[in-house]
Amino acid sequence: MRSPALPHRFLVNGRDVEAIAPPAMRLSDVLRDVLGLKGTKVGCDAGDCGACTVLLDGAQVCACLVPVAQVVGRSVETVEGLAHDGRLHALQSAFLRHGAAQCGICTPGMLMAAADLLRRVPSPSEAEVLDALGGVLCRCTGYRKIVEAVLAAAHGGAAADPAAGSAVGARLVRVDGVAKVTGTDRFGADAFPERAWLTLRAVRSPHAHARFRFGDLDAFRRCHPGLVAILTADDVPGTNRFGIYPTGKDQPVFAEGYVRMLGEAVCALVGDAETVAAIRDEDVPISWEPLPPVSFDDALAGAAPDLHPHAPGNVLCRGRVACGAADSALASAPYRATIAIETGFVEHAYIEPEAGYAERIGDGIEIVACTQTPYMDRDEIALILGIPPERVRIVPTAVGGGFGGKLDLSLQPMIAIAAWRTGKPVRCVYTRPESMRTTTKRHPARLVAEAGCDAEGRLLAFRFHGDFNTGAYASWGPTVASRVPVHAMGPYRVPNVRATTAAIYTTDTPAGAFRGFGVPQAAIAHEALMDALADRVGMDRLEIRLRNALRRGDATATGQVLDHSVGLVACLEALRPRWQALRAEAEAYNRSAHGPFRRGVGIACMWYGIGNTALSNPSEMTLGLKADGTVTLYSGAVDIGQGSNTVMVQIAAEALGVSPQTVRLVAGDTARTLDAGKTSASRQTFVSGNAARLAGLDLRRQLLALTNAGTSARIVPIPGGVEIRDGERTIRPDLSRLAADANGDVLVGFGRFDPPTTALDADGRGVPYATYAFGAQIALVEVDLELGTTRVLRIVAAHDVGRAINPTLVEGQIHGGIAQGIGLALMEEYIPGRNDNLHDYLIPTVGDVPPIEVVLIEDPEPLGPFGAKGVGEPALIATAPAILGAIEQATGVRVTRIPATPDRLRAAILAARS
Amino acid sequence: MTNITVSGLKKGGALGYLRPATVEEAVAALSARRSTVLAGGTDLFPARVGRPCDEALLDISGLAALRGVAETERGWRFGALATWRDVLCAELPPLFDGLKAAARQVGGVQIQNRGTIGGNLCNASPAADGTPNWLALDATVELASANGTRCLPVAEFVRGNRRTARREDELLVAVHVARPAHPARGTFRKLGARRYLVISIIMVAAVAEFAPDGTIASARIAVGAASEVAQRLPSLEARLIGQHPDPSLVREKDLAPLSPIDDVRATAAYRRDAALTLVRRAIADLA
Repeated sequence: MRSPALPHRFLVNGRDVEAIAPPAMRLSDVLRDVLGLKGTKVGCDAGDCGACTVLLDGAQVCACLVPVAQVVGRSVETVEGLAHDGRLHALQSAFLRHGAAQCGICTPGMLMAAADLLRRVPSPSEAEVLDALGGVLCRCTGYRKIVEAVLAAAHGGAAADPAAGSAVGARLVRVDGVAKVTGTDRFGADAFPERAWLTLRAVRSPHAHARFRFGDLDAFRRCHPGLVAILTADDVPGTNRFGIYPTGKDQPVFAEGYVRMLGEAVCALVGDAETVAAIRDEDVPISWEPLPPVSFDDALAGAAPDLHPHAPGNVLCRGRVACGAADSALASAPYRATIAIETGFVEHAYIEPEAGYAERIGDGIEIVACTQTPYMDRDEIALILGIPPERVRIVPTAVGGGFGGKLDLSLQPMIAIAAWRTGKPVRCVYTRPESMRTTTKRHPARLVAEAGCDAEGRLLAFRFHGDFNTGAYASWGPTVASRVPVHAMGPYRVPNVRATTAAIYTTDTPAGAFRGFGVPQAAIAHEALMDALADRVGMDRLEIRLRNALRRGDATATGQVLDHSVGLVACLEALRPRWQALRAEAEAYNRSAHGPFRRGVGIACMWYGIGNTALSNPSEMTLGLKADGTVTLYSGAVDIGQGSNTVMVQIAAEALGVSPQTVRLVAGDTARTLDAGKTSASRQTFVSGNAARLAGLDLRRQLLALTNAGTSARIVPIPGGVEIRDGERTIRPDLSRLAADANGDVLVGFGRFDPPTTALDADGRGVPYATYAFGAQIALVEVDLELGTTRVLRIVAAHDVGRAINPTLVEGQIHGGIAQGIGLALMEEYIPGRNDNLHDYLIPTVGDVPPIEVVLIEDPEPLGPFGAKGVGEPALIATAPAILGAIEQATGVRVTRIPATPDRLRAAILAARS
Repeated sequence: MTNITVSGLKKGGALGYLRPATVEEAVAALSARRSTVLAGGTDLFPARVGRPCDEALLDISGLAALRGVAETERGWRFGALATWRDVLCAELPPLFDGLKAAARQVGGVQIQNRGTIGGNLCNASPAADGTPNWLALDATVELASANGTRCLPVAEFVRGNRRTARREDELLVAVHVARPAHPARGTFRKLGARRYLVISIIMVAAVAEFAPDGTIASARIAVGAASEVAQRLPSLEARLIGQHPDPSLVREKDLAPLSPIDDVRATAAYRRDAALTLVRRAIADLA
C-alpha cells in the first residue's frame, strides 16, 4: 500500500517550505524532486556514501534515510544554504583554494558534514575532522586536501589566489569549482527537464548464464496502466550490438534469448517513475532456463562452452612483446625470482551512479548523460539507432567520477531507443546495486612472472604471462591485453623479455577500463620480483631499482628508444633520503616492544605510456575570439573531476598570451566542440592539451597577422575588444568588421594533435606511445600481526609529470590515485552478485588515507604542451606494490592474493610460521 | 482496513503511514494491523533501494516516552528511540564504556545521529554492534502491546539472523540495565577492514564487576559477528571470577559457543582466530 502525498511544512535553509509528498518519501528525494534543490546528491540511497548529507536541526544526517514526515516543523540545511548574499562560506572558499573538490559529487555532503563539525567545534583537531567526515565517501581526492581545507577554514589563513596573468604552472582554482562547491554543477541526475518525466528501468537477469523466453509482454503492459512501453531486442532500430572496438562488437543492448552475465538487461520498462519502480523483475513474464556459469577457472581450463562464436576457447584476444632470448637468459642468470599474483574485480565506485535522459528531436536524438567519451558514445548510438552520427548529439553533464567506468555505454542505448520509439524524452538513473552489478570493473588477473639479474643486480631477463578475466563482453579487454605486455617488466632496462597476455571471456561482470588498463595489476608482479632480486643479491630495494631504471637513450622492450623526459632516476633520487629515514624509523620501532605491531617500508616504481597503445588518438580544439574581445575555448575534453577544464583553459591562455581568467569555456558537447577523444589513458593533458595549445597559437598568429604585429607582441583583452601591444605600438583592431561564425566568433584558432606512434609487429616491436610518465612511491605501513590488519601510515610519491600545468590539480590526481591504490592493495574486491553496495564493497574512507608527501619531477617532454605529460593513471600504479612490499618488510610474508585483506594476511602469517 | 484515529494525522490521513504521538496509539495500531516499525530509518531505507516503501509503516519517532537515557532506581533505562549520539552524550559510569565505544563506531556520524538502539536490536543483524554490549551488560528489553508490557533478557530477545522474540503486535519500548553490585567497567573491541563505516568482521564486548581487592567478582563476555546471534562465553566468564583481568586466562575452547561463517568480509577460520585475539585484548582492557 502506498501512502498518498501529504503536505509537510518545515524550514529549508531558513525558509518556510511546504512539500507535498508521501510521508515515507526520502528527504533527499523531496529536496531534489519536490523542492528542486539538486545540490544534495544521491549516491547510494542506503546511508553508505554520505553524498546526501544535510543538517537536520543542525546535526548531520543522510537525507536518503530520513522520511519527510520526520522533518515536519524542523530545520533542514543544505549546500544551497551555505553561501550568503553571493559570498561563499569559509568552507567553500577553502575547498576551492585547496583543490578539495574534484568531480564535486561528494562535495556538498563533505561541506555539510564539515559545517556540522565547525559549529560544534570551531577549532577542531585533525582527528576531530576525520571523525566528522568519516561518513562521507570520496573517490577522487584521497581526502587529504579536504581535511586541509576544513582545518584551513577553521583556523583561518587564506591563501592568495594566483595572480592574474599566470597560466601554465599556476595553482589556478578550478574553472568549474564554484559550481561544485555551491551545489549548482549539474550531474547526470540533476539535468532532467520536467518534460523528461518518462522513466526507464531495465529488467535484468537473475542468472549469470541462462536462456530465457518472454511470456505475453503486451498483456503484462496492459495490466499496468502506467507502463508506456516494454522494450526488447526487437525494438532496437539499428544493430543490437555495441562495444569499444570497431570490429568484434559483442554486447547486446537487450539480450536475445540468452544472457551471459548476472544483471544483463533483457528488456526495459518505460512509464511513470512510480509504476516502473513498483514492478519487480520477477513479476515480468519471463521463463528462465539457467545454464552452468563459466568461471575464470573453467574458461582457463578450456572446459567451458564457448560464450561467443568469434572467440574459440573463450579467448577474446592475446598480446605479446618479445625481445632477445628470455628463456635462455633466464636459465643462465645468476639470480632469479618468480612470482604468481592473483587479483580480483575492482569496482570504480564513483559516487555518481549513471544517469541521463534522451530526447528525439526531429530525425535526430539528443542524449544528456554523464560520460567520459561523448564522441564514441555518439558513434555507437548512431549504429544502435541506425542513423548517421551527425544526427546524434551527446551533451555530457558534469561527471561524478569516472575512472574508466564511464567510458563504456551503460544506460545511453536504452534511453535512446526508448526516446526514439516513444517520441518522448525518457530518463533513467541507475541504482547503486544496478550500477555495481552491470557496469565494467578492473580485470581480475592471474599473473606469473620471472626475472633474472646478475651479481650487481642488473636485470638480464624477464618473462611474464597474464590471464585477464574480461567477463561476459569484450569492452576494453583488448586494450588491457595490448597495454600490459609493453609495461609488464616495469620501467627498467631489460635486454631479454617475453611478455604475453590473454583476455578471457567468462560469465562474470564485464571488465573494462579502470585507471591503468591492467598495468596496476602487472606492477604488483614486477615490483615483487624487484624486491625479491634485491634481497637475493643483497642490495637495497631502492638501489636495485635505480640501477635498472630506464634512462634517456635506453630502449624499451618494444625497441623504442626514449630520447626525452625519462624522469625515473630523478624520482628515485628524490625519494632516497625519505626512504632511508623511513626505513630507519621502522626498524627502530620494531626494535622497541610494540606488542603485535610491526612496521615496514616498501618502494615501487611505475611507468605508463600516455594515450592509446599504438593507435591514432587525435584531439582537436578551437579557440574563438568575438568582436567584443571575448575568448572562448571549445573543448570536447570531458572533465571527470581530474581538472581538464581548468588545464585546457590554462594551456590555451598561455599559448594565446592572455590570463586564464579571460578565457571562457564551452566544454564537451558534440554539437559545439570538436572531437577531443576520450578521457582515458591519461591523455587529456598531453593530447588535448596540445590541441588547446595549437589552437591558442593559431589564434595568436591570426590576431598578430591582422594587426601586423611582431611575434613577441602582447595580447591584452580590454572592455569591448582586444589591444595588441607591440613594442611602442598599441593597436586596437576593429573586430566588428570581421564576419562572425555561428558561435559569434570572428577569429577561430584551430589545433589538432595526434601523438606519433607506430603499429606493433607480431613481437610487439615498434613505438606504442609518444611519451611515458614515470614515478616511484614509498609506503610506510603498520601491521597487526595477530589480526592481519594493515594501516598505511605514510606515502611519499615522486612523479615525473613533464611539467605540472597546475600543481594543485596534479597533487589532487596523485592523492586520489594513492587512495585507490590503497583500496586495491588492502580492501577492494568485487564479487559479482555478492557485494553490490558500498557497505560490503569497501573503499577507503577519510581515515584510511595517511599523510602524503608529493614530489613533482618536471623532466619536460618536448612533444607535450609546455612539457607536460599525464598523471591520472600513473598516480595509482605504484601504490599497491609499495604497500605490499612494506607488508613483506613488516611481516616477512609476501601476499600474492590481492587485496591483502586481514583474513588473507593473517592466514599467510600463520602459514609462514608453521 | 481498520480505522484508527491517530493524532497528528487529520484528513487525507495516510493509512500506509502512521505517526502516533503516544505509546497507546502505537500499540493499538500494531494490534490492528501488521506494520513495519520505523524509527531512525537507517536499516529500513537501505533495504528498499530502488523500490518504493509499499508496506504499512508505523513511524514511532514521535513517541516522547521512548526517548532518552535515564538513571532509574534500579539502574538505567535506554529508551528504544535513544540514538547512538544520545548514548555518547549521556552521563554514564565506566560500566558503559563499551557501549559508548560501540556508539562511536557505528556507521558515520550521520548514522550515529539517526540510528536508534531499539532499531539496532529489532533489526537483529548478526553484526549489530549493540547486541554483544547489551549481552555483556545483562540487559533486558521492555516490550509493550495492547495487552500490557513484558520484559525479556536480550539473550532471549534476539533469536537469530533478523529474528527476534518481538510479536507483531509488540513495540520495543526500552532497554534496561540493572545497577551492578560492585564497581564495574566495560569495553568493546571492533574489527573491520577500514577505519570508518565499518561493518564488523568480529567484535567483542566485555563487562566485569570488581571486588574490593581488585579481582573480578563477575564478568560477561560476548562476541558478535561470529554466529547468527552474538554469544556469551560462559566458560571464560566462570574462570575469570576471583582473578585479576589477565588475557592468558582465555583459552581457545572458550570460543566453543561461536559458529562463524565465510562471507565477503572474512573467512570463518579467520573470525575464530581474530575472536580469540580480540577477547584477549578485551580482557586486557579491563585491567
